Amino acid sequence: MSENTSTFDISYVAHLARMHLTDAEKAKISAQLKDILTYVEKLNELDVSHVEPTAHATPLSNVFRKDEVRPSIDREKVLQNAPEQARDLFIVPKIVE
Amino acid sequence: MEYEAVIGLEVHVQLKTKSKMFCGCATEFGAEPNTHVCPVCLGYPGVLPVMNEEAVRKTILTGLMIGSEIAEFSKWDRKNYFYPDMPKNYQISQYDLPLCLHGTVEIRLDGGQTRKIGITRAHLEEDVAKNIHFETTSGVDFNRAGTPLMEIVSEPDLRSPEEAFAYLTALKEILMSGDVSDCDMEKGQLRCDSNISVRPVGQKEFGEKVEIKNMNTISGVRRALAYEIQRQTAALQKGEKVSQETRRWDDAAGRTFVMRTKEYAHDYRYFPEPDLMPVVVGEELVAEVRRLLPELPETRRQRFVKQYGLPEYDAGVLVADGALATFYERAAHGAQNPKAIANWVMTELLGKLGEAKTTISECPIKPEGLAELVDLIDSNQISGKIGKEVFAEMFTGGKTPSDIVREKGWVQVSDTGALEALVEQAIAGNPKSVADFRAGNQAAINFLKGQVMKLSKGKANPQVAGEILLRKLNN
Amino acid sequence: MSLHTLTIHQLREKLRRGECSAREATQSLLDRIQGIDGKLKAYLWLNPEDALAQADAIDRSGVARDGKLLGGVPIAIKDLINVEGQPCACASKILKGHTSVYDAFVIQRLRDAGAVLLGRTNMDEFAMGSSTENSSWGITHNPWDLERIPGGSSGGSAAAVAGDEAFAALGSDTGGSIRQPAALCGCVGLKPSYGRVSRYGLVAFASSLDQIGPFTKTVADCALMMRVLAGHDRCDSTSVPQPVPDYTAALNKGVKGLRIGLPKEYFIDGMDREVEAAVRGAIQRLQSLGAEVVEISLPHTDYAVAVYYLIATAEASANLARFDGVRYGARVTGEDVIDMYGKTRGAGFGPEVKRRIILGTYALSAGYYDAYYLRAQKVRTLIRQDFEKAFQQCDVILTPTSPEVAFRIGEKADDPLKMYLSDIFTIGANLGGICGVSLPCGFTKSPRLPIGLQVLGKPLDEETILRVGHTYEQATEWHKERPTL
Repeated sequence: MSENTSTFDISYVAHLARMHLTDAEKAKISAQLKDILTYVEKLNELDVSHVEPTAHATPLSNVFRKDEVRPSIDREKVLQNAPEQARDLFIVPKIVE
Repeated sequence: MEYEAVIGLEVHVQLKTKSKMFCGCATEFGAEPNTHVCPVCLGYPGVLPVMNEEAVRKTILTGLMIGSEIAEFSKWDRKNYFYPDMPKNYQISQYDLPLCLHGTVEIRLDGGQTRKIGITRAHLEEDVAKNIHFETTSGVDFNRAGTPLMEIVSEPDLRSPEEAFAYLTALKEILMSGDVSDCDMEKGQLRCDSNISVRPVGQKEFGEKVEIKNMNTISGVRRALAYEIQRQTAALQKGEKVSQETRRWDDAAGRTFVMRTKEYAHDYRYFPEPDLMPVVVGEELVAEVRRLLPELPETRRQRFVKQYGLPEYDAGVLVADGALATFYERAAHGAQNPKAIANWVMTELLGKLGEAKTTISECPIKPEGLAELVDLIDSNQISGKIGKEVFAEMFTGGKTPSDIVREKGWVQVSDTGALEALVEQAIAGNPKSVADFRAGNQAAINFLKGQVMKLSKGKANPQVAGEILLRKLNN
Repeated sequence: MSLHTLTIHQLREKLRRGECSAREATQSLLDRIQGIDGKLKAYLWLNPEDALAQADAIDRSGVARDGKLLGGVPIAIKDLINVEGQPCACASKILKGHTSVYDAFVIQRLRDAGAVLLGRTNMDEFAMGSSTENSSWGITHNPWDLERIPGGSSGGSAAAVAGDEAFAALGSDTGGSIRQPAALCGCVGLKPSYGRVSRYGLVAFASSLDQIGPFTKTVADCALMMRVLAGHDRCDSTSVPQPVPDYTAALNKGVKGLRIGLPKEYFIDGMDREVEAAVRGAIQRLQSLGAEVVEISLPHTDYAVAVYYLIATAEASANLARFDGVRYGARVTGEDVIDMYGKTRGAGFGPEVKRRIILGTYALSAGYYDAYYLRAQKVRTLIRQDFEKAFQQCDVILTPTSPEVAFRIGEKADDPLKMYLSDIFTIGANLGGICGVSLPCGFTKSPRLPIGLQVLGKPLDEETILRVGHTYEQATEWHKERPTL
């Protein structure tokens, strides 16, 4: 199990999370997470082979709403909050396919 | 060495609900950008999703129509990836416990044979927004984001582009018959990706599979797959390896191109969606949805052949569009001449609808009206020719055929007395044609008949007029 | 009139009798805030004109006299609850300048009850922290000792109530973020059972653990707040449909015959001596009032922190993915959109948030999901079952809220794991979905710092924990003490 902590590739994980980290941040977080990951290994002490994971804290199901149209929000309101907008669209730097 | 293709199709269908999957925004197509949005479908901080009941029902209905097992317990999962058309940068979808498992779609091939294509699963998810590309930027319209999307995955059972075409056609028919979706590919209501590989005939293992995207029409799918088969086969014949990759079909260029590899694209980190409760499909709900089951296209086709005496081909055209089939049935039910009604629907009606860019549901002519029209023709009250004009009037004005005929005074003249007079007039006015006919030119009678029709302003019953003409000319 | 020192109940009385107006109550708080918030720094946003305008409207409408539950009472709001028209930054740079476009469900409830929405309180960024030191806006100081932290993540709300800068405040609790600051600041803080209070409008940290709850000066005030906040919401699929009892009516039933469970795993060596003494004192008091004590066991207590830090961070990593500079918030532009994401999130999130996003993403990633996230969810089931079994033998569970009192600012800043371990007593309740309240049960000798008693109850049994808390509180004087500021 402890191999997991040494194979922790912070650059890969940071990329999955689309978050730039400086080299200093990468080093610091790696070190701190190594401690934390070592700590959470204690969960392996338990036999959970016959235990169901908790999906939800409350035993509800079939929480539906009727297929009815409700008023949308005023476009101006949301475009105002946009970091960049034009032609009634949310503008982002070019998406490279 | 002979090679064969192994094809699987992944179809995304926008469900025909009024509101979105997890919020109450309208799903209406073609609205001004970002006018059908709210904090939920925009992924604002603090919002939560609530399931659209109708979307779940339509998915269960689809499952019943294709013979799936409807899951007793189904849940939602988050599919995590970043893209500007993703309001939350995760998509709420279904991973390990989808609503529908297995099933089959029967396809009909050109020769008349049928094949059963396996379905792996069908599940529900939310659609993404639309990206519009400019010079140096892209713009996002979130109207589409959150629309209920049903994903149907077929088994890799298809073996040719033609089969793929037939599969998509059959699937469309089924979905439309159940009013699950309008399946208009131009509006993005039905989208299709394919997984295709090629292997030597007789080999058990599949070859490297390639994912093909951006096939925007059903015929485009056929073309894209045909190209891919040829490309992959050529590579294997040269001893090259086929890379497992994602390729984009370019219809204009007629070929596929490798898409820029989305690095780490496949680590979606699925985990159960904590904000949504599972769906428990009990007997009652299935029974409720079962009551909504339409007659499936194939069953309907066979019934039309039997019940209305229609040729296979005609029956096929009519059931291809559920609304059209329903229209036809309303007109043909109890009618004397269902075959004639079918002809009118397939030729004149579809023609006029196409011209006016109208759908059958918005058709100004009512089924009862069409039945009445055919009756008027069959009972000789109007000629077939006049019938077409009446039809045109019905299409623009929406009046009944009897009213139109009466108003326009188009009642066919079959009265022999009146026709005798017109025939005499035509004979008297065209001595050359009369002489030609008497000289042995049988065809000259047609010109004379035309003259009688003209004199009667089209109202003469052509058959009776022809008989009288022949009689008089032979005397 | 020093209206700001009153409880909600006392203020309501005055308002109803016309002895003061909503405006005067609001002004009294604004004056107090002006006087001491420079030292406490509990509020990160305040709009006095807006607050007074709300108060005036309430005075005009007569709602305070008509007996609306919170008519004319100003309430402070933690910066991660959406109030339409107000900024909602969650104390993060990535939401700097963002204005809410809708009201959270609880805010609508407060409005309907006639409350004045006073201002927004400081917190750990995106609710990640136990000290409010992770705020991008600044640090909040404990009213009892300005060199110390108020607890977190709802430190601002706790400090405001404890410092008489608010009659009540809203906070959120994912791993103890209401109860722990309440304990460290000497006020009452309640985490409802999961699903009891709608999360619609609460910026999500860990969706299966988060709950909104009140900070108040007394347990009776807490019961009143719960009457306003609790209830089913169609916009929150996790919201429970059970009807809300009248929490205030149940308060005075006493504790005779009530069974109090004491989990042996919570009374361990290593706990602050004074904390233990105060809590044992509280237990004795309750026994003298008629309660019975039962020793129980919560055998998986030791695993709770590990479970929490895998599940909460995993859910958070997905919940915080939406902060990408596309639709709202701050943006740092890039060469292409992916570059923009990286730069925006790199610049916008603080170190604790980054750490948790990385941990959570890793716990869900291919190859590690089973070992981390899935296993944690399974152990969570065991923890939940511990509580279920325990509640068969007792009606409520009593524990210290925190193993220690307020520590010095900066003391744990460089040791995240140490910080996480201090959540040991509060985390279980979030994992089990049960309810819990913290209330004052004593002070350390020198410096005089508050000690909190935690009362945990069965899911949807807020009535009983409020009853126990109220009974204890009324038999003691702790709740009457105020810090000297």
